[in-house]
Amino acid sequence: MDATDRRIVAGLQGGFPLCPRPYERAARELGLDEGELIRRLARLVETGVLSRFGPLFNVEAMGGTYVLAAMAVPEDAFDRVAEMVNAHVEVAHNYEREHLLNMWFVVAAETPERAEAVLGEIRAETGIEVLSMPKLEEYFVGLRLQP
Amino acid sequence: MELSPADRRLLDALEGGLPLVPRPYAVLGERAGMAEAEVIRRLAALQAAGVVKRLGLVVRHHEIGYRANAMTVMDVPDDMVDAVGERLTRAADVTLCYRRPRRLPGWPYNLFAMVHGRERGAVLARIDQLLDEHGLAGLPHAVLFSTRRFKQRGARYRAAAA
Repeated sequence: MDATDRRIVAGLQGGFPLCPRPYERAARELGLDEGELIRRLARLVETGVLSRFGPLFNVEAMGGTYVLAAMAVPEDAFDRVAEMVNAHVEVAHNYEREHLLNMWFVVAAETPERAEAVLGEIRAETGIEVLSMPKLEEYFVGLRLQP
Repeated sequence: MELSPADRRLLDALEGGLPLVPRPYAVLGERAGMAEAEVIRRLAALQAAGVVKRLGLVVRHHEIGYRANAMTVMDVPDDMVDAVGERLTRAADVTLCYRRPRRLPGWPYNLFAMVHGRERGAVLARIDQLLDEHGLAGLPHAVLFSTRRFKQRGARYRAAAA
């Protein structure tokens, strides 16, 4: 990532123009040309700096739900259990963390009942207790990281 | 918001991301069977309704140098938790803050704040400072750094709406 890439990442985190030539407009604001912006975005996606370029969906505005879940997975079973958990399409992200509860993942589903059903399937497949921690209150969601 | 069949076709067309071509909304329109102008109008409405939070970048924190990702959890008395949560969000390095249920006996924590930083020592120092500033240092708390990430792709539209 060079200085121009960092400028692109910082400049586009807030959103993207809704007009017929959005890359052209965004590029102009960044002091680039349209073709270069498109090429650089394609490379950032290819190299994995961006997981994607496009819409960030809010499951809850469609009536859906997110649930955070935690498991205490024995060290020697960790990779196998991670594969089983990640195989569920509803699992949006999954992190190993330093704690007795060492696997933390988020389930996105169309209803709270469906989310709980996914957790139940994971419990049955792995034989490990899954603690469900749905959010009760959200105080803020923002992204203000400057690359 | 109730999605119309046309909205669903558009969201299906968007699932893989925004096409990296000069007229991306025209390409989405071809896929979803509508004109470019209608794609733009519907996306504006979906954003206004919050179904699409925003268009743009989904950054992997790790890859832009934010390698220390600390889930900071606290056991805050129930009558204080909303006030503490609101205050913590004003700190620029707190990117997410939620109240969640305790799961006793193993999990006594009800307030979760995500703190991102470039380096573990600095993040820990910053968390101590935050707890001090807000009079929380005496409360039971823990900091769970992530050591590996298996998936980070955000919620899929299909998982929620199919």
